[in-house]
Amino acid sequence: MWQWLTQLYHRMGSPKWFYELTTPWIPWLAVISIIGTVVGLVLGLAYAPADYLQGNSFRIIYIHVPAAILAQSAFMMMAIAGAIYLIWRMKMAAWVAKVIAPIGASLCLIAILTGAIWGNPTWGTWWVWDARLTSMLMLLFLYFGVIALQRAMESEDASYKAGAILSLVGLVNIPIIKYSVEWWNTLHQPATLKLTEKPSMDPDMLVPLLIMIVTSYVFFALLVILNTRNEILLHERKRSWVKQLLSGQE
Amino acid sequence: MSLIGSTIKRDLLLAARNPGEWANPLMFFLMVAALFPLAVDPAPAFLAKIAGGVIWVAALLATLLSLDGLFRADVEDGSLEQWLASGESLYGMALGKALVHWCISGLPLTLMSPVLGLMLALPTDAYGALVLSLAVGTPILSLLGAVGAALTASVRSGGLLLTLLILPLYIPVLIFAASAVYHAGIGMPYNGQVAMLGAMLALALALTPFAAAAALKLNLSR
Amino acid sequence: MEFNSFAEFIAMGKHGLYVWLSYGITAVIVAVNVVQPILRRRRLMKEQAQRLRREKHNAPSA
Repeated sequence: MWQWLTQLYHRMGSPKWFYELTTPWIPWLAVISIIGTVVGLVLGLAYAPADYLQGNSFRIIYIHVPAAILAQSAFMMMAIAGAIYLIWRMKMAAWVAKVIAPIGASLCLIAILTGAIWGNPTWGTWWVWDARLTSMLMLLFLYFGVIALQRAMESEDASYKAGAILSLVGLVNIPIIKYSVEWWNTLHQPATLKLTEKPSMDPDMLVPLLIMIVTSYVFFALLVILNTRNEILLHERKRSWVKQLLSGQE
Repeated sequence: MSLIGSTIKRDLLLAARNPGEWANPLMFFLMVAALFPLAVDPAPAFLAKIAGGVIWVAALLATLLSLDGLFRADVEDGSLEQWLASGESLYGMALGKALVHWCISGLPLTLMSPVLGLMLALPTDAYGALVLSLAVGTPILSLLGAVGAALTASVRSGGLLLTLLILPLYIPVLIFAASAVYHAGIGMPYNGQVAMLGAMLALALALTPFAAAAALKLNLSR
Repeated sequence: MEFNSFAEFIAMGKHGLYVWLSYGITAVIVAVNVVQPILRRRRLMKEQAQRLRREKHNAPSA
């Protein structure tokens, strides 16, 4: 078991192994993403009952919650991948970290925009400083910081390391920021409803949400794999296996 | 103590000989605070409510202004490489630099804050909280800022990038500090907020020099 | 089915604007994230093929 793990660890550092392993995965991940999205949205948009208080606007939850969960998970994954590069110099980890940043930022943006749009019928304005939206905004700034920093560094190795350091500092800060924003929000809370009441959700509402959450993780994996493969093609282009890949394509 | 101590002494001496380094951000601090009554409403009732927050935002901006180039001179003249070659800990250097920065930035801000309180009709009960929150909070700003400055030391016009990187990390400090001042002003207890600031300072003291040291190594020419 | 007609579905009980605006924005952002790696891969492949052709062309004259 231990030997298998160390073998796996060494294999994961090999771009060629990763590329060949993931080639057959892509169509499957794509199919699962599409099916999951269709099923989840059909159930969520057409079959789930309207919320007692919010009416049909609550259906935004099927995008907002998966995006928000993923945006936070993605940051964690980016920081961990960066740490792996810092400690073990595994290039694959650096590429994965680099690739996650814009995807995570997109998800964060989706969460913020849908949250704000949802807020309008619920609270009457386009933007509210509620704890979740404000925390998401801070997370977006953290993402932008990592992306901007990576672009500003002169050498590639420095950009990976700088991004990793900033992601790790950000990772430690995310719970602190969340806590401080939630605490602040309890002082200034609009005296209205919370955005969702998750535990007491009707199963007809909950099932599509769970489907969408799982599907979004699958979709995220697909995007990370697609983008990492591009990084591999770019960085390993002088290797013979990449050249053979291309002559096979022609 | 030797190398770190003498570096601290040297940097403080340099700052003393170059008054612009610590005086300009102080003037900026004053001017930014003055903008608010001009732009919004000079009525004391209104100002009193926002004074704590405005002073803290101004302090944040003044700090960011003075952080740029914290390490740039050392990177450019080769002192950083000498430090690494000497085998002294970069952790200590980072901590020392943050300390110096606080001495020329956070400390003057803290001392000058009562003046701003007067300008912004800060409630009398809040002065203590203002100075206390700044005294505990500005070192955090210097410590976190040192990480950002180390990351951007080699980046051309890295000052704006530094701001972008560090501001999200400053948010918790801002929230708790401004809240402490506000609650003091309305006569409510603010121990919790100050305690949180203290905890954040402890965390920053312990962890940020590691990040700053790692970031400093990135600036060495290959 | 919660809605009795397609028109009702689109209207979403007067919240239609918000719901479809959200889904629309999401669709656009998702589409960008899907298309970008695909286009980049094609570009990389094309550049690589060009480079190989150039190498092959230069090799005989070496």
